[in-house]
Amino acid sequence: MSGTQQQAGLSVAFDGIVKRFGPVQVLHGVSFALEPGRVYGLLGENGAGKSTLMKILAGYEQPSEGRVLVDGEAVAFSGSRDAEARGIVLIHQEFNLAEDLSIAGNIFLGHERRKGWFLDERAMRSEAEAALAAVGLTRDPDEPVRRLIVAEKQLVEIAKALSRKARFLIMDEPTATLTPSEVSRLFGLIERMKAQGVTIVYISHKLDEVERITDEVVVMRDGRLVGRAPTASLTRHDMATMMVGREIADLFPDKVEPQAAAAPALQVEGFTVPGWAQDVSFAVRPGEILGFAGLVGAGRTELFEGIMGLRPGSGTIRLGGRPAALRSPRDAARNGLTYLSEDRKGKGLHTAFPLRPNLTLMALERYARPWLDQGAEREALKGAVAEFGIRTGSLEARAASLSGGNQQKLALAKVLHPEPRVVVLDEPTRGVDVGAKREIYFLIQKLAAKGLAVVVISSELIELIGLAHRVAIMREGRLVATVGGDEMTEETMIAYATGARHVAA
Amino acid sequence: MSQPETLQGAAAGGRRENGTPLAERIASIGPVIGLILLCGLGALLNGDFATLDNGLNVLTRTAFIGIIAVGMCFVIILGGIDLSVGSMAALIAGCVIMFINWAAGALGSPLLAVVCGAGLAVLLGAVFGLIHGVLIAKGRIEPFIVTLGTLGIFRAYLTYFADGGALTLENNLADIYAPVYYGSLAGVPIPVVVFLLVAIVGAVILNKTAFGRHVQAIGSNETVARYAAVDVERVKILTYMLLGICVGIATLLYVPRLGSASPTTGLLWELEAIASVIVGGAALKGGHGSITGTVIGAILLSVISNILNLTSLISVYLNAAVQGFVIITVAFLQKGRR
Repeated sequence: MSGTQQQAGLSVAFDGIVKRFGPVQVLHGVSFALEPGRVYGLLGENGAGKSTLMKILAGYEQPSEGRVLVDGEAVAFSGSRDAEARGIVLIHQEFNLAEDLSIAGNIFLGHERRKGWFLDERAMRSEAEAALAAVGLTRDPDEPVRRLIVAEKQLVEIAKALSRKARFLIMDEPTATLTPSEVSRLFGLIERMKAQGVTIVYISHKLDEVERITDEVVVMRDGRLVGRAPTASLTRHDMATMMVGREIADLFPDKVEPQAAAAPALQVEGFTVPGWAQDVSFAVRPGEILGFAGLVGAGRTELFEGIMGLRPGSGTIRLGGRPAALRSPRDAARNGLTYLSEDRKGKGLHTAFPLRPNLTLMALERYARPWLDQGAEREALKGAVAEFGIRTGSLEARAASLSGGNQQKLALAKVLHPEPRVVVLDEPTRGVDVGAKREIYFLIQKLAAKGLAVVVISSELIELIGLAHRVAIMREGRLVATVGGDEMTEETMIAYATGARHVAA
Repeated sequence: MSQPETLQGAAAGGRRENGTPLAERIASIGPVIGLILLCGLGALLNGDFATLDNGLNVLTRTAFIGIIAVGMCFVIILGGIDLSVGSMAALIAGCVIMFINWAAGALGSPLLAVVCGAGLAVLLGAVFGLIHGVLIAKGRIEPFIVTLGTLGIFRAYLTYFADGGALTLENNLADIYAPVYYGSLAGVPIPVVVFLLVAIVGAVILNKTAFGRHVQAIGSNETVARYAAVDVERVKILTYMLLGICVGIATLLYVPRLGSASPTTGLLWELEAIASVIVGGAALKGGHGSITGTVIGAILLSVISNILNLTSLISVYLNAAVQGFVIITVAFLQKGRR
């Protein structure tokens, strides 16, 4: 690939970019400039607007107001093809791969090489091979993408960007699924591209990576630019504080210690989910918040889906001391255990439904006598809106019309509506702005203080440290350590999660 | 991680907030307006159209399809489909006729035989629905495939039982059974009364019970429903049984009409039933639909064929074509909503 990227990188400037989706404004006049041949870390919490801004630059979205300047000239891309023609390529955090096409087919999708009327398979194959070699993926270009594991798909996405001869490359969370050695190889690739003059925007939550690879960080919060500085001048703590907009300590409620003597509300022994979790044992007491940390793919979500009966699994589960056989979420709910999925739109809420049926769905028996008592449902919704601080224009609104944070509060109210004794919250603050995050943390703390046993699965270590009493760390399907107190530091947890430190417990 | 998710959510929300009320109102009253316009047209074209007799005649003819469409409405809201209802009705009709002919002698009471035969129709419908439900929910086979299979199976068995011809109710038995179709209650034909009752019960189940809410939840997003502790398999099985029972009821009304069942009985009923549900504003992908709309959709379709029968505007042979145009037009008008 090296021969194809002789052109210098692009400079890009945003001038007063505003973006509205219907009534929701997600960007409030963002202006900044990026110079060619540098690696920029774009930082911000979920919902800060960084992905939207980058989608505007890459032609996937149009700004409601403001201009994008490329090499000093205002551009109006009507689609990603326009942007790609200028050399601006975005690698999405969620994959855009056609599962049934081959790797080569995906790399050239929409840009097929032709020989007359026919596809030039040989040229595409050899170019694909070169692109795969550059990203370090040893796979046959003819292999269908569906056979690849997630990390390999990520590498195919990067290879695809390379083959488009990017002069301005945007990477949105490229390392979420990669192992440390793959990350190192990716960083090598970034260095080489930078040396060729390509401008790179690197979006990541992993501050250690941002520290390692970027020249300058740009920080966004709630749809605004809040600061930029050379990476070398900042500590990770500075970056985190800029992202959150306040001292981290203010985000979290004070911890209330659970009663040490209380019997476990949920006790799991030797639980195995084939292919995902091996022989996992843990217990959580009433009033306790137990965190689950681990890399993507460590098997945390799958472990709990197994416990809930959503996947085949085996092991002993005790709820309130009694053994329970959970074959479905329904069994689990009957036994006082509910689960909030990390996939809010796909598994958590009926976004096309109004709030009321969403709230009561898990506890509908309570309202059916035998006809549904919609008045009682409405009362319950009013109560939940007040208790959980759900901000909605109307009680009859659809769940889809709520902001991410308010959807999440509704989802939380929904899984708590059956009044469980144990609740499992998978990424409870994903896609939520800082203010809503803080409210959710305080809600969780309040519920725990009332005696609810809470399991929080999270990829944000800061969140686990601030919220949980203890944190269990999983790596490759095994629970490798449970840390508490002073041991709950980012360094320790990352060390366990990546295997840099070995099983102590 | 999920910032785009948030934004898409916001975007979708924004579009919906701006778009829904109007689009939804059009979707819900569109069929009503269509029906009123059609009736006006019918009355203009032919003086016989706007008579009580003709009205009751249309409603009676609608009853079979309408009753099946009520059950189909549940299945479609669930996100499923049943292509076999026409064949199922034919096979049930054949079985019921054979049973009544046999039972009249065996039981010694023709009336009892007819009553048991009517019961058998509902029972058979429930059993066929149960088979569909189990294959779809437990066997995890696509409903399209399962019911495409039974579409062939049911009709083939009827043809086999009828030996390629027709199964016919004996004359004295047909006379006993006849009032179920030809009789009326306070001037309203029995099939119309039953149609109305089925529609009301259906609407109550759909809107006022936990089961109905679960059907909508599964159709809107099955995974969300499963994660929300809904017993998805049970609800699916019950829904297909409900449709089977509706087919049974429609058939028990249909048998006395002709007193026979042949390989052409119930031909293309599935299309008319599905079309009624869709014209009534349901989304074929599930999650959304209404019984009122379905009833209006069914009536609308039979009014079209009635007008064609009464007028020489368009050839009667083009009846199905006109219905087809209506369905596509309705789908086009509704597409902004999806």
